[in-house]
Amino acid sequence: MDTPRQKHLVLILAREFASNLSTPTLIADEGGRLVFYNEAAAAVTGTPFAEIGEVLLDEWTASFVPRTLDDDVADPAPAERRPTRIALDERRPSHERFLITSRDGVEREVEISAFPLFAHADEFIGIVAIFWRT
Amino acid sequence: MRVTIWGCRGSLATPGVETVRYGGNTSCVEVSTSDERTALVLDAGTGIRRLGLELVERGIEHVHLCLTHLHLDHLEGLRFFAPLWDERVTLDVWGPPSPVVTLRERIARSFSPPLFPIDLRRVPARVSFRDIPREPWAIDGVTLSAELVMHPGPTVGFRIEEGGATLAYLPDHEPALVGPIAERTRDWLSGGSVAADADVLLHDAQYFADEYDDRIGWGHSSVEDAVTYAHMVGARRLVLFHHEPDRGDSSLERLGAQARLLAADAESEPVLAREGMVLELA
Repeated sequence: MDTPRQKHLVLILAREFASNLSTPTLIADEGGRLVFYNEAAAAVTGTPFAEIGEVLLDEWTASFVPRTLDDDVADPAPAERRPTRIALDERRPSHERFLITSRDGVEREVEISAFPLFAHADEFIGIVAIFWRT
Repeated sequence: MRVTIWGCRGSLATPGVETVRYGGNTSCVEVSTSDERTALVLDAGTGIRRLGLELVERGIEHVHLCLTHLHLDHLEGLRFFAPLWDERVTLDVWGPPSPVVTLRERIARSFSPPLFPIDLRRVPARVSFRDIPREPWAIDGVTLSAELVMHPGPTVGFRIEEGGATLAYLPDHEPALVGPIAERTRDWLSGGSVAADADVLLHDAQYFADEYDDRIGWGHSSVEDAVTYAHMVGARRLVLFHHEPDRGDSSLERLGAQARLLAADAESEPVLAREGMVLELA
């Protein structure tokens, strides 16, 4: 029988941390797979994580049709503007303001802060992103 | 695979009449390899002193010492490990990596004044220090893998496989600190892939439940959590390890009895680790 590889301990700790926050928070692994978001994030996105399961973060993000709000004009957000993509690719923190359409059809303005997670020996193991409702 | 327990006491060595049945030496476990000249040793608690004497008698030439972490009860025996003082011996020390200080530098602190009179550079054995890799590695026909697990400071658990037999070694582990054990899938369980479907799981069971309530976050498990954990990872046999230093033999046996009650439906009864215990894994 194949032995399932456990998530890195830092991701397990991050999930437990996020589970106890009222701030919408998501976690993705080093390969860009969405592995968890908390109940507060479910309230923003419109769907509990258990219904989504682990999916590629880019695909999941695109489903909300994120739009940038430069000069308060909503334009489709290119991938390179997404803080989650920047944290994954460039392994640095990033912040951006967006307009999204939740699964329940509601348009919401959110700010997203994403930052990389490095474990012992500087091993990159994923990202955390926090949504700030504006 | 033959597994010999040379020390299973937690935190502090506890010699004395009250600990003669289960032993007072701190963590040290030997795992047999296919090469009689090579020894695989898990942790360097005080139990490693007697093991070292026997390894010299056996004419061992190469020792692989795998450290789960560097808390004193897992390291303090190293300075009195006879092969370290034998120039014919090659000693590879494997330990969890740190982004700041090398494994050698961290261990060298215990070989320096005022803790010890002899510098690590002056030990006769050929010693090398290796960060535990993220991917599995092999030592003389034995496959090892490790994952960081829930315990203060960088700490790993080991999974050791040989000829279809699997040993999981999680001597210091508090999986309950990252959520209810019974509600987690294995991939979200600390040490889940180390312990999954192991034939034998050596696991921390330092406390009774009421003791644990006052020690949450100290990095150790209650007997209830150890039993639940063994069930969730599908371990076939649980060996209760890292005995509380204040616990004498009779108190330990009460803990063992409680474990058997809690695991009434398990494939095999949990047992208390005991110094000198030999486990044969087929």
